[in-house]
Amino acid sequence: MTAPGKPPIVAPGHTPGSVTDQISSIVLTRMPRWWWAAFGASFALVMMLLYALTKLVFEGTGIWGLNIPVGWGFAIINFVWWIGIGHAGTLISAILLLLRQEWRTSINRFAEAMTLFAVACAGLFPLIHVGRPWLAYWLLPYPNTMDIWPQFRSPLVWDVFAVTTYATVSLLFWYVGLVPDLATLRDRARQRLAKITYGFLSMGWRGSATHWHNYETAYLLLAGLATPLVVSVHTVVSFDFAVGQLPGWHATIFPPYFVAGAIFAGFAMVITLAVPLRTLFDLKDFITIRHLQNMGKVMLATGLIVAYGYVIEIFMAWYSGNWFEEFMILNRIQGPYRMQWYALLLCNVLAPQLLWIKRVRSTPALLFVVAMFVNVGMWLERFVIVVTSLHRDFLPSSWGMYAGTRWDWAIFVGSIGLFLALLFLFIRFLPMISIFEMRTIVPKTQAREPDEVSP
Amino acid sequence: MSKAATKPEFALMAEFRSSRELLHAIEQSQAAGYTQLEAYTPYPIEEVWEALGQHKSKLPLIVLIGGIVGAFTGYLLQYWVSVINYPVNVGGRPLHSWVSFIPVTFETTILFAAGAAVLGMFALNRLPMPYHPVFNVPRFALASRDRYFLAIGSWDPKYDRRATEEFLLGLDPFEVNEVAS
Repeated sequence: MTAPGKPPIVAPGHTPGSVTDQISSIVLTRMPRWWWAAFGASFALVMMLLYALTKLVFEGTGIWGLNIPVGWGFAIINFVWWIGIGHAGTLISAILLLLRQEWRTSINRFAEAMTLFAVACAGLFPLIHVGRPWLAYWLLPYPNTMDIWPQFRSPLVWDVFAVTTYATVSLLFWYVGLVPDLATLRDRARQRLAKITYGFLSMGWRGSATHWHNYETAYLLLAGLATPLVVSVHTVVSFDFAVGQLPGWHATIFPPYFVAGAIFAGFAMVITLAVPLRTLFDLKDFITIRHLQNMGKVMLATGLIVAYGYVIEIFMAWYSGNWFEEFMILNRIQGPYRMQWYALLLCNVLAPQLLWIKRVRSTPALLFVVAMFVNVGMWLERFVIVVTSLHRDFLPSSWGMYAGTRWDWAIFVGSIGLFLALLFLFIRFLPMISIFEMRTIVPKTQAREPDEVSP
Repeated sequence: MSKAATKPEFALMAEFRSSRELLHAIEQSQAAGYTQLEAYTPYPIEEVWEALGQHKSKLPLIVLIGGIVGAFTGYLLQYWVSVINYPVNVGGRPLHSWVSFIPVTFETTILFAAGAAVLGMFALNRLPMPYHPVFNVPRFALASRDRYFLAIGSWDPKYDRRATEEFLLGLDPFEVNEVAS
């Protein structure tokens, strides 16, 4: 299966039985002590988030740094950042499935979980940004006594549909992928409560030929549906900006450049999570150097597309001959927020160039460092797009400055805590690697036993 | 097998160590004239459902219908809201501005199609099903690990408790179990 010199997808010596036992034992045995410490720390951040949100609901968005001219601050930056991170999961599950990239199998499950939790964090921000979150359902079209309806020509309404559809379809895709594994856990669990819970969630899955036939068809169709969806979501998010007339937002490059940025950010987050997890849970047999190398390559490729986007923005500012566009770029380079822009170039353009070196791609620690740079860089990118474009627009008399307050930071850091807390719970209760798909690829990756049929 | 006297059994189930043995057993059973066969495997194996004569799933059609319904729902909702019920004149632009209705139509198409795929898959598989006789066999827990099972239903016209058991034992299984109903 593998060309000589390439690390394998699954370490040698594994059978369907050993794969099943090793992955399900993580869920069915006690968690190591570090898990409690890590979960406790992220749960403390969730408490901080709840405190900050309570304060926000009582006092209003005035506790944030928002004001005119910068009416979109941390809330929108964080929303776009999280939703971008949420793109890798579906990309890995759907697009790489259709492209028959078998290495995706060991990372798709937790990448999908990561997607769900990132989309949950993303969804939080527009809801609190509306100012009166208890009326957020006004975003949806429903017959009401006020007799008003959403404006369907507005990208912000498209966004509501895109993000809710994405969250729903990601959840369905994730759950469908989990059903056979929940059945596996049902059959392995010893405790009565675990048996009942996993049995309930697996709906009585038996793994009969009829089941698998319909299941495989459904999974393939869902992958086919999720592929255009994942591309559409960040496209619609970029329309929030691109349809506006503000210099720095009004650019046709935005949809492809946002989608590439989303994949870039998503893979960075997958690497950020995969590198520690494979060590802590001893999963190096399943998440091998090969996976890390491949993810590094995807990150490099999408990083180059993002860098191309930055170059084209500068080029178009000059080529368009538009005064305001030109000023916007010069303000980005020389203005009061220039340090953020330089940091962004360092994180998103320079740091990923290290991935050209094979040693960097195959060293987990170095890959982790590059991924952390990209995580920070993608947040800065959204900061630069949102804030530097808004703070000095057409009229110098209405220029201003923006900075997040401590509440902005508390909610942002709290949302990272929420993401991590959900992820730790996921690791505790559900298999973080798809067991049945590992059973599928094991016969193909191991030395062929004469009496085995490859599925 | 102690309960066999009180209640007729559901099926006889043979356990195999490899998918090759399972496929061989399916061929032999069909050659012997059995028709009510069901196989259980730890992972999807296309040859198995092909051997059992399942060539086409109805699911693609269900998903197509779901997608078409979703597309019409999304588009008609926007048309009805923007043109009929709540027309808003924005700088003299046409009320039926179909270009800006595309994103939402696209999203509802995907949403309905994906929902149809998931619900359709569960419906075609008759899930959720809290009880099924095959779980009465303790070793069936290995169907979600590394063992392959073949069951012959007791409603099969050729089924005979003793003869069928002997036939299955002749296929070199690991074990043959009676599935209590």
